[in-house]
Amino acid sequence: MNAAPEFFRKNIPASWLNPRTGFTAAVLAILALVPLYAAVTGDPFALTLFTRMLILAIAAVSLNLIMGYGGMVSFGHAAYLGIGGYAVGILWKEGFTSGFVQWPVAIAVSALFALVIGALSLRTRGVYFIMITLAFAQMVYYVAQGLDRYGGDDGLTIGNRSSFAGILDIDNNTLFYYLCFALLLGSVYLVSRIVNSRFGLVIQGGRSNERRMRAIGFPTFRYKLVCFVIAGALCGLAGALLANHTNFISPALMYWTRSGDLMVMVILGGLGSLFGPVIGAVTYLLLEEALSRVTEYSGLIIGPALLLVAIYLRGGIEGLFAGARRD
Amino acid sequence: MLYFIEQCLNGVQLGMLLFLLAAGLTLIFGIMDLVNLAHGSLYMLGAYFAATFAGMTGSFVFGAILALIATAAAGMVLEVIAIRPLYGRSHLDHVLGTFGLLLFFNELVRLIWGPAGMTLSLPSEMLSAVQIVPGIYYPIYRLVIILVTLAVAALLYILVMRTRLGMLIRAGASNREMVGALGVNIKLLYTLVFGLGATLAGFAGLMQAPILTVQIGMGENILILAFVVIVIGGIGSIRGAFVASIIVGLIDTLGRAFLPDLLHAVLSTNAALTLAPALSSMSIYMLMAAVLVIRPEGLFPAASK
Amino acid sequence: MTEPLLRVEGLTKRFGGVVAADAVALELARGEFHAVIGPNGAGKTTLIGLLAGEIPPHAGSIRFDGSDITRLRVDRRSRLGIARSFQITSLFSDFSALDNVALAVQAHCGHSFRFWKDARRDAVLREPARAALADVGLGARAQIRVDRLSHGEHRQLEIAIALATRPRLLLLDEPMAGLGPEESARMVGMLRKLKGAITVLLIEHDMETVFALADRVTVLVYGRVIASGDPAAIRTDPAVREAYLGEQEARAHD
Repeated sequence: MNAAPEFFRKNIPASWLNPRTGFTAAVLAILALVPLYAAVTGDPFALTLFTRMLILAIAAVSLNLIMGYGGMVSFGHAAYLGIGGYAVGILWKEGFTSGFVQWPVAIAVSALFALVIGALSLRTRGVYFIMITLAFAQMVYYVAQGLDRYGGDDGLTIGNRSSFAGILDIDNNTLFYYLCFALLLGSVYLVSRIVNSRFGLVIQGGRSNERRMRAIGFPTFRYKLVCFVIAGALCGLAGALLANHTNFISPALMYWTRSGDLMVMVILGGLGSLFGPVIGAVTYLLLEEALSRVTEYSGLIIGPALLLVAIYLRGGIEGLFAGARRD
Repeated sequence: MLYFIEQCLNGVQLGMLLFLLAAGLTLIFGIMDLVNLAHGSLYMLGAYFAATFAGMTGSFVFGAILALIATAAAGMVLEVIAIRPLYGRSHLDHVLGTFGLLLFFNELVRLIWGPAGMTLSLPSEMLSAVQIVPGIYYPIYRLVIILVTLAVAALLYILVMRTRLGMLIRAGASNREMVGALGVNIKLLYTLVFGLGATLAGFAGLMQAPILTVQIGMGENILILAFVVIVIGGIGSIRGAFVASIIVGLIDTLGRAFLPDLLHAVLSTNAALTLAPALSSMSIYMLMAAVLVIRPEGLFPAASK
Repeated sequence: MTEPLLRVEGLTKRFGGVVAADAVALELARGEFHAVIGPNGAGKTTLIGLLAGEIPPHAGSIRFDGSDITRLRVDRRSRLGIARSFQITSLFSDFSALDNVALAVQAHCGHSFRFWKDARRDAVLREPARAALADVGLGARAQIRVDRLSHGEHRQLEIAIALATRPRLLLLDEPMAGLGPEESARMVGMLRKLKGAITVLLIEHDMETVFALADRVTVLVYGRVIASGDPAAIRTDPAVREAYLGEQEARAHD
């Protein structure tokens, strides 16, 4: 007697069993098996590529929190990748090689920048907000360029990855991969709890109808600011991971076109869905990788493709499954 | 003191170039409600066209004229093919779409002209200094930039304030549907406005080419400055763009010129050396931050829809 | 002599050359049902905007329960107990009716810096929301997404949301706009239930409703108060007839 199917039918909500969930589960399964593939084929490149995907997916998840759920279209999110990365790099250069110091500092400094930039930018909305977040991110870029001690425009090679006092040896690429994977899943779970909490509903309500939110008594500014800070902090963590992954940081990390890349990932994956940014990140980076193998001028294809997506696709890739779920 | 005046003139010159870009951006946003990240690409095309045509004809002026025509044409073709489907969409769609265009143009330029960039040379007399006021010398070409762009600004003012097209532009900026309901050919109007913005951008690009740069991605950096100008000046307002351009141009130039010395006077050499380049590039962002705190809608917000 | 719940003095607002509110003066006693009428463009919605805090006045003052609230922001006024409904429906269209009302409940339930617990399973929020929906007759439609509700249901929802914030003063901006006869009757029934329980400022075009429900009526023309008093007096006031009612009666007799 096989009780297993019965068990599944009773305990998993029917709403979970649809093409979208299946697709997401497939993507996650593939991601989980990448190191196995790399070990079997002896090809480390796949591991490198997919580690980068995981890290940028975390950044995309953080952007989706403010953009997809909160409606705050920040065109300067890559700045926090840079700030987190530079925190790790600068601390390493000054002799603080422990991850227990570097990573919390990366998160804290990113949160602080997000607090200041958010406090100023959130006074505006719409296209002003887009331009202002863009400008502030570019400002951070220029500041980084001016930091001669830490490589200036050429960047800084980070000799060692963060050390965790022997508890975790992230020099091992496979271990690092699974750490990033775990952090990605953790980020998605964190976002899922946030967006359905009281706080999350205020954020989503603000996206849906800010005027109404104020009319019923919500001081929306402070909630948006806190959301902005959380997203910045999470992206700072991604920055710390990125610095460890490439053992290198440079201002190029936060050039404004990188912010554009992050936005594309979030939009492709479907705004305001939990796993959308993950799918978007994986898709975009795979596309980029595949195209660069075919042609030297991948921009000639990606550019118009983005334009077509903007014109024709509502709801992004996830939206393809969800139908008219979200506009 | 002389150095100060020279830097002020440089600041005005930068401001005028910014104005050309910002005016186009703010017009396109004010009338078509379109965020255009590819505006910098038109700036870049203007420079590349000018360098190419000047090389072919052997004359800077001919090259410039041909480049203007080419950029205007490119702008209008772009509008019809790629920009029209974006009207009425959310700003996020605009950002995504025009970002794609930006990537496309960078790659296209790299394909056609190669990755190395180009140079555009002037007849040597243009670069020599002339005495504008007893004791103060300034390069002729930079003066030309200031005067020519001032003339363009004046023409733009006349166009917007005194002609029928300008009236349609102003009406469209405050009430799009009405203008359409009045039977005006909105599509044509939009194409013309976009073409005008493209021409202004291309003009800025070719004017600065001899003294600054002709390379891939040159549009991005100045585009951000143009955004800052628009935020400070108020979206949709050409007057605001003009005032803000001059302010931003002056602050950026003077900041880079004098802030390092100021810092040296106040801080230790090491600290000043580390901070100076970073802080001087930050000056306009601090200005923008200040404006945001005091007047989030900008200095001259145009009538809201 | 009890202090009126709402006292408005000399409230003035100009938009360019247009005077939308011209030294408006108004008083609402506690529990009063006060209607504001006037021809289109008289500045009635502007008045609501001024009272709600969306529009800053050029001159004048607004006192609510004895305190000066003239400079207070919209959300602060809501938390003080002033709720409003919108003339042009303004809802959270991609959420369910229940979500809409629950958000209003949440706004008056302490701060919302709670990041973990699922707010849709929070009885403290959901129960009062269900009750408010039932009160306006939308109990059965709680789970339906707002963009799938009818216009009449939208108008009912507007009221439910306003009521869910447990206001002391309710500003209703043409709640019956666009409603058919059946829906209008239902709305009137609902408004009648509010009479005496909450202080209400109602802007409405439907004269029957106004005269049936209101304790006092104010007439606004081109931003100016031309008459204010009990319904019978207003009906017979010659200035009012000329400016407003007269036109309607003349048309009715054609």
